[in-house]
Amino acid sequence: MGKYLHVFGIGIQNTLVYRINFLVKSSFGLIPLTGTLFLWRAIYQGDGHPGGIDGYTLSGMISYYLLVTLVDALTAVAEDDWQIAADIKDGNISQFLLKPINYFCYRLCLYLSGRAIYTTVALIPVTLFIAYLHQHFQGPVSIGGLVAALTAAVMGGVLQFLIAFTMALLAFWVLDVSTFIFLQFALEYLASGHLFPLDILPKGLVTVINCTPYPYLLYFPVGIYLGRVEGSEIWRGFAVQTAWILAMFFISQWVWRRGLKRYTAAGG
Amino acid sequence: MNAAQEILPTVPQRGPKGLLRYLSLYGALVRNSVVREMQFKVTFLLWILVELMWFALQLTFMSVLYTKTASIAGWTKWEVIMLAAFSNLVQELFTGIFLTNLTELSELIRSGKLDFMLLMPVNPRFLVSFRKVDLGAFVNAGCAIGVMVYAGQHLHLDLNLARIAGFASLAAVSLLIHYSLAFMLGSIAFWTVRAQGVIWGYYNLFNIARLPAEAFKGAFKIAFTFGLPMLLVSNVPVKVLVSKLDSPTTVLQLCGMSLVVFVLSEWIWRTALRQYTSASA
Repeated sequence: MGKYLHVFGIGIQNTLVYRINFLVKSSFGLIPLTGTLFLWRAIYQGDGHPGGIDGYTLSGMISYYLLVTLVDALTAVAEDDWQIAADIKDGNISQFLLKPINYFCYRLCLYLSGRAIYTTVALIPVTLFIAYLHQHFQGPVSIGGLVAALTAAVMGGVLQFLIAFTMALLAFWVLDVSTFIFLQFALEYLASGHLFPLDILPKGLVTVINCTPYPYLLYFPVGIYLGRVEGSEIWRGFAVQTAWILAMFFISQWVWRRGLKRYTAAGG
Repeated sequence: MNAAQEILPTVPQRGPKGLLRYLSLYGALVRNSVVREMQFKVTFLLWILVELMWFALQLTFMSVLYTKTASIAGWTKWEVIMLAAFSNLVQELFTGIFLTNLTELSELIRSGKLDFMLLMPVNPRFLVSFRKVDLGAFVNAGCAIGVMVYAGQHLHLDLNLARIAGFASLAAVSLLIHYSLAFMLGSIAFWTVRAQGVIWGYYNLFNIARLPAEAFKGAFKIAFTFGLPMLLVSNVPVKVLVSKLDSPTTVLQLCGMSLVVFVLSEWIWRTALRQYTSASA
């Protein structure tokens, strides 16, 4: 355990170097978000929408996107998938195969340390942005809801890492994984609820999306916070989220073992 | 193979002067890019697919919004689809012609390869800006045009030669603005060495270019109209195309801004070259 704490510490030191990058990146990211919020405001002002849109008032909608931004800062993978793919391609994982250290745990520690720093830095512009929009920012539905939402967000982070790790392992089979990662990301962008609250999408599409792990990355925690996911749905959601985490964990380990059989340590 | 060997054999030693010479030079650069990209055919096709997915996602976004409302800031569904598709067209043309070159500028400076470009008997800005062509982006640009034609059929456009010519010139002006702004950002590398991230950051701005300008208000609108004119670059040409233009001021603004940013980018480039000391020596 001690050695992984050490990796975590190294990860913190390494990512601290990029603190300005993170600040710029998270601030730049607010520009498209502002665009989306302006667009929604124009929609609400246009038709009046007295009952809201599918139950979302303008404040509810703005809060949704702000919360998605927060959870995304907390859980998104930044460079992890590229680095894992590069480690495989360049033969860097050989050293991990020879040492008493598990590459999966090593990467998980680096992911956690990276997220710790990124979230801390990104909180500065995002909090300022939320403070600016404070009249539109809704509080959690209840204290219990807040705790459940935070738990769901952290579990979503684990799921996010497992998906990214497994995708990056494609580097055992193909030279250039970036296209696959981008394709996966496009799917995730829609199906996780990044683009829209999932419950305003057409029913058929939602049914398909709910068969994937993606809703449990962003929509599920944010939905709990706002009270869109409530009662027994929360427990059912946690059960499905846990099932996805376990499934993705076993898939990632299986793919890893399959990949190692093909691994030729090129360049290492 | 270094940059000089890559390009030197294709430079016409003798030939027609001026514009024609540069056109034939560009033809040679394009042929070079075709050969380079065809080495990785699967990657080439996959990138086209990636871009198409994102474009489809943007169109989905707009379509879902219009299941909730009939008009956004005075724009109907097909007008907004036209706007998104046009914005995508400009973005793909920018990607196809300039993006690779501008992101590689910092690498040229860092490695000292820029020296070879400065030594060649060609305008160095031309060489730096047009060195490589990203062919896949032109396929995606074609798809964007397809969506524009489809949206146009729903809008029953009142097309005539003057309108099409005006629209096409404004599209070129928009492309010039994107190029000049990104070129300035790329030139930052002369001072900081690492500027690749900045160019990718610029890509974020395309996200607001495809939204109706009327939806924006306050400081944000002013900043992205008069500072970085993102709310003009796609809105104005599309308004001309769909006969939505209420006053010619925005057209003048767009053209004025393009002139300002182009002159500014040329000034920055010259200043940068004057103090460039090369990294390799």
